[in-house]
Amino acid sequence: MGEYIVQMQGITKRFPGVLALNNVQLNLRPGLVHSLMGENGAGKSTLMKILAGVYTLDEGQILLNDKPVKMLNPRDGLANGISMIHQELMFIPELTAAENIYLGRELRDKFGRVSKKLMIQKTREVFDRWNINIDPSEQMKSLSVAQAQMVEIAKAIAFDSKIIIMDEPTSAITEREVARLHDMIRALREAGTAVIYITHKMDEVFAISDEITVFRDGTWVATEKASKMDRNKLISLMVGRELDQLFPKVEAEIGEVVLEVEGLNRGRQVKNVSFQVRRGEILGFAGLMGSGRSEVLETVFGIYPAESGTIKVKGKVTKIREPHQAIAAGLGLLTEDRKKTGIMGVLSVRDNMSIAAINRFSIGGVLRRPQIEKECESQRQALALKTPSLNQLIQNLSGGNQQKVLLSRWLLTDPDILIIDEPTRGIDVGAKSEIHRLMGELAKQGKAIIMVSSEMPEILGMSDRVVVMCEGELVGEVSRKEATQEKIMELATRFSDQAVA
Amino acid sequence: MSKSSTNTASNPVIAAKAGFDLGHFVRTYMIVGVLILFVVALAIMTNGNSIAPVNLVNVIRQVSAIGIIGVGMTFVIITLGIDLSVGSILGLSAVVAASLAQDPTGSLVKFQGIDVPVIVAILAGLGVGALAGFTNGILIAKFRLAPFIATLGMMSIARGLAYIYTGDGRPFSGLKPEYNYLGQGYLFADPNQPLSGIPLPVVLFVGVALIATFVLSYTKFGRYTYAIGGNEVAARVSGIRIPRVTIIIYTISGLLAGLAGILWSARTGSGNSTLGQGIELDAITAVIVGGTSFKGGIGKIWGTVVGALLIGTINNGLDLLNVSPFWQIVVKGCIIIIAIIIDERKNSKTA
Repeated sequence: MGEYIVQMQGITKRFPGVLALNNVQLNLRPGLVHSLMGENGAGKSTLMKILAGVYTLDEGQILLNDKPVKMLNPRDGLANGISMIHQELMFIPELTAAENIYLGRELRDKFGRVSKKLMIQKTREVFDRWNINIDPSEQMKSLSVAQAQMVEIAKAIAFDSKIIIMDEPTSAITEREVARLHDMIRALREAGTAVIYITHKMDEVFAISDEITVFRDGTWVATEKASKMDRNKLISLMVGRELDQLFPKVEAEIGEVVLEVEGLNRGRQVKNVSFQVRRGEILGFAGLMGSGRSEVLETVFGIYPAESGTIKVKGKVTKIREPHQAIAAGLGLLTEDRKKTGIMGVLSVRDNMSIAAINRFSIGGVLRRPQIEKECESQRQALALKTPSLNQLIQNLSGGNQQKVLLSRWLLTDPDILIIDEPTRGIDVGAKSEIHRLMGELAKQGKAIIMVSSEMPEILGMSDRVVVMCEGELVGEVSRKEATQEKIMELATRFSDQAVA
Repeated sequence: MSKSSTNTASNPVIAAKAGFDLGHFVRTYMIVGVLILFVVALAIMTNGNSIAPVNLVNVIRQVSAIGIIGVGMTFVIITLGIDLSVGSILGLSAVVAASLAQDPTGSLVKFQGIDVPVIVAILAGLGVGALAGFTNGILIAKFRLAPFIATLGMMSIARGLAYIYTGDGRPFSGLKPEYNYLGQGYLFADPNQPLSGIPLPVVLFVGVALIATFVLSYTKFGRYTYAIGGNEVAARVSGIRIPRVTIIIYTISGLLAGLAGILWSARTGSGNSTLGQGIELDAITAVIVGGTSFKGGIGKIWGTVVGALLIGTINNGLDLLNVSPFWQIVVKGCIIIIAIIIDERKNSKTA
């Protein structure tokens, strides 16, 4: 056996009109974690789909243990010991963990009947061996995202996969669960599995990788040992230019209080929450996932009605029970889940952009189309939006550009208070820093910005002040000067006895 | 064509930069091509009889009810809803309006000796339709019923009420000529030439379609309609009052069903409680064939109009070719399935 378990050589993949991958190479060694980095559209996922047999390649070859193989469909991938754990997990929620693991190759008893018992027993063996603390007879729908992910990994193990591809596995799990996942990956590495790890999060890349390969615009840029790479070098390889400052914090004048929330309550996720935010200020909301950060702000915005509490906007007590009331009061909310609650996929960029400000864009119910055109066009230029035209369907844009459209949607309403939930989740480095720059500018214009973020560097880099939530309560507040990762994590885990890794 | 359509799918930016997108154009206007194809094919098979002006006007008049209801249905389906009750509402509105439009001097009159102006009969018919639609809207928006369920219930209720209202089941006939004029009259008719001019139902159909086109493309309400179909949660977060818009949309659908009921009863000169049975399927077919997506957020009124014309042409053509009406039903079923397959594929390409 040679040095490499997988060699992908001269891989070229064309989609009509685009060259998605141009003569790309990737070599994997067994027992190492190999991270793939690159902006959205760089070709990482396409290459991985080729390796897993989801796409077929146009040119080039794949060698497994030095022998050429053909991957024509995902079955070929699995048969060759390659498993892909997709960003959006694929399982059948009504079935148990064990049934999902053996989906399509159900275990049978000696009479040829599908045996749940046997599958549960086998699954339990895998779970025990890998320290996965899940009941195999639990239905998938009652598992958390992180647990479901563990089941998927267990499935790969049960398939005897030698190569496991993880596509942004940490985009929806908490820091503690990330630590757990990383432990799992290390154990897989010990066992000689080659793990391919795709993520946008820098910290994780350095925490887990042995080797890093960078792609840009469908071409291979570099492969390096992780120990020889640093953050700035990595970013410059990815974007092809140096980003001198990751968080361009603009100094803004902090003005009067524009939003004051007192004693807000709703269920278990919002317990007696009070806070205020001033003009020119960026207020960070930190906390673990599920700590109630998003829920507090969604309640303020009227997506869920509050059970009690008062909201004062610009000094006036304001009743907000529906989003349209919040908008009328001068609030805007860019939601966390772009696809589910943000974009209207089959509508144009223009329609997506103008919808929240549509009252301003109409007289007596009739649209002022030239004005919509003018203002959307100027947003497009101001935000350097990459779209061939305002008529383009928003679903055809990249994640970063979709996010810019949604930001424009709220800018067009000219809000006094803009709430941004996970401003840069799942978008590439270039768009990320642009959105950060815009947030700084908005604060400078005298808007109050509330930002929810799970990314610690973003919280530390952008916020003037950070409030921390834990289990529905607002447990502390730290100023920009005092804010450190340790301090925030300490507050965020106040009620848990377990320490964070 | 296939090349440029996959092009759009995998790289919209590049495809759109090329300027004219043939694939997109073909997918958008394919329905018009299909209509022309059918018309020409039928014209050849019927030795030109099918495109005689008298027949064409007749076809359009026949489809005006489907078309008017289809216009309302377009709004409904764009918002990811469905309205199964339109046929029954048509029947109920027809009997209510007809009962009030009966010549009180005739025999078998519902309201003996009561003479109301025709306009009252018309308003009553429209009002009944709007009220039934409003009820659908309330059930869907406030009681959170699935549109399919709410309108399925209303389908049964409205039809039942129409039967009850007619009592012995005999249609209301002996309607006033002013009322019948709505269904039988012509606009711009040349008095020297019989059968000239444009039938009133056609005029109303065109009017309704134009107004709806304006509403969908040029008003705030139109944006709301598309936004709700595009992503209801996102629309709500953007400040749209979903319940209000939903109620208005179902009310419009009911109102237009009522209008179709009046026109139909006026054309036949009688209000029959069985009127409009099954027309909901024709209307839905017209909407889907016309390119409105069952997945919401996409749809155009002109598409529905062309869809209705296509159904009318096919029905009429099969009539002229002496094909059994039972086969016509089979053909209609095939059309709706093909339309939905096309819709599926269109969507998977743009996703």
